[in-house]
Amino acid sequence: MTVTSVPATEMPKRRPRFLRILKSIALLRESYVGMFGAVLVLFWLVMAVGADLFPLRDPLAQSAPDLLKPALSLAPDGTTYWLGTDDKGRDILSRLIFGSRLVLFWSVLATVVAYAVGMLLGVMAGYRGGWWDEVISFIGNVFLSFPPMVLFLVILTNFGPTSSMGQYIGSLGVGSTVVSGVIIIVAITFGTAPQVARIVRGLVLDLKTRDYIAAAEVRGESPLYIMLVELLPNARGPLIVDACLRLGYVIIAIAVLGFLSLGLPPPEPDWGKMIAEVRGFGAMGSNAMIWPAMAISSLVLGLNLLADALREISLRD
Amino acid sequence: MLLLAGRRLASMLLIMIVISILLFLAFEGDKLALAGRVLGQYTTLEGKLHWIEENGYNRPLVVRYISWLYGFFTGDWKISAQYNRPVLEFLAPRLANTAILGLCVFIITAVISLILGVLAGINEGGLRDRVISVISVITTSFPEFASGTFLVAIFVFWLDWLPGSSSFTNGFSVKELVLPVAVLVIFNFGYYTRMTRASMAEVMTSQYVRTAILKGLPPRSVVVKHALRNALIAPFTVMILQLNYLLSGIVVTEVFFAYDGFAKAMYDAALFGDTYVVSACAMVAVFVAVLSQFISDVGYTYLNPRIRFA
Repeated sequence: MTVTSVPATEMPKRRPRFLRILKSIALLRESYVGMFGAVLVLFWLVMAVGADLFPLRDPLAQSAPDLLKPALSLAPDGTTYWLGTDDKGRDILSRLIFGSRLVLFWSVLATVVAYAVGMLLGVMAGYRGGWWDEVISFIGNVFLSFPPMVLFLVILTNFGPTSSMGQYIGSLGVGSTVVSGVIIIVAITFGTAPQVARIVRGLVLDLKTRDYIAAAEVRGESPLYIMLVELLPNARGPLIVDACLRLGYVIIAIAVLGFLSLGLPPPEPDWGKMIAEVRGFGAMGSNAMIWPAMAISSLVLGLNLLADALREISLRD
Repeated sequence: MLLLAGRRLASMLLIMIVISILLFLAFEGDKLALAGRVLGQYTTLEGKLHWIEENGYNRPLVVRYISWLYGFFTGDWKISAQYNRPVLEFLAPRLANTAILGLCVFIITAVISLILGVLAGINEGGLRDRVISVISVITTSFPEFASGTFLVAIFVFWLDWLPGSSSFTNGFSVKELVLPVAVLVIFNFGYYTRMTRASMAEVMTSQYVRTAILKGLPPRSVVVKHALRNALIAPFTVMILQLNYLLSGIVVTEVFFAYDGFAKAMYDAALFGDTYVVSACAMVAVFVAVLSQFISDVGYTYLNPRIRFA
């Protein structure tokens, strides 16, 4: 009996990475809803990256004669306030666009940190099992049982800019925006990482029964190698979809903190805070409230539609 | 069942104790600042120290914690520093307010999402399914304060139909309840619609539904008598879990509409550093969270004959 071996040249070649990425974008084109989501996200991404290139007013410049102007009204120098002005006479359009930079930067950073912590804990709990699992899951449950706002406030009062810890960090010469931003990241991580860990743990429990894990164990690979190189990359499918959705939640959470004036410090054009600042003006402030509300809704909508389309695509093949 | 209940109860007690310890540790440390907030910023140092001594904040943390824990289980929830009233007496009417809001939202969300979800799931991939799915993604993308802004701009400032704040200053009124309920329903129903849709779509492809269709039953009776009963188990048990969110997760809505509820009380207390109120609120929230999980588990077991008769 002869053993037929497949010549190496006939093995299906793995296509270069960029081609595979192109293919998934091409798949996205089949779903109009997903395309619309991608366009919304891309729009805000371009705005955030190119904010300096557009002919915009200074987002922090105040103008006393132009308070709470409606959209499309004229400024004294003959130019137009396309979306009107806020309660301090600042241009809403330029605040929105420069705000998108803040929103995207801090939300992406917070999501990445929360994901890194959550994935590490989840893969440990799932792969190691036993006491590791018990302890990690219990700590996760404790943080998930905290009412989210109380968790945020506890972290803020203990590490925020007014606490001794925050003042120490501030004395090192770090800007107050950075201090608040770091607090936001810590708060988001405590709230989000346990959920990510729970998802990753579930995926790992399924993956670790596969043959390639047994093979790696027999090869004598270290647990760290198996967790980071064998397990996590193979769990990425559902995680990418979840990350898209979760980025939307994080954006909402950061805007909520801004709305409750617990977020980034005052002159910064944070979208949630822009709404809170003009809330007291009643009907006069409604123009200045609507635009940031639209901005945040459109960005979150884009992410949700994109996640939805990605899920559908991943279910198809 | 009893074993499940016992395990749940034990883990709930453990989580409640850990959380209360964490809260006591977190709010420790700024007793002078707390006294300053209670007495006003121009009080003398002696005055503040006297307040701290008189209200027992000077005792060691462990003693205070144990006295609080003992009081909590015997019905003495201590005195709120901010309002100088017993915590229980202060919280009860606010819990009632939030219960009214939460119950309205829960019922309306359940009805809307079950109906839409079933309609979408009956023929998966059809036009009706796509429209309902897209609508539910869109509405879920509006954070509470964004949809609140839009609704207030339309119904309060433009049409002038509804009041913009819901503080019930002139007694309870249904009109003031409309906007907060609408905001929460808009944000929440999409998720449950999609869940119902997925469950319904799965049931519609199952063997026994195919049999029912093939033996010539009218489509209406296939859906109502055969499919619905199984399709609603999963979404209903998930919806029970929403109760937890409706108690403590609606801070933004309550703050936005100045609704004098439980979540806002908890938020204000945490801002003020009112340890006893925050801890009591957190305990109530955790209790409701675990209780709703338990009801959801029991409900799932009870509704699903495969598990009930196993």
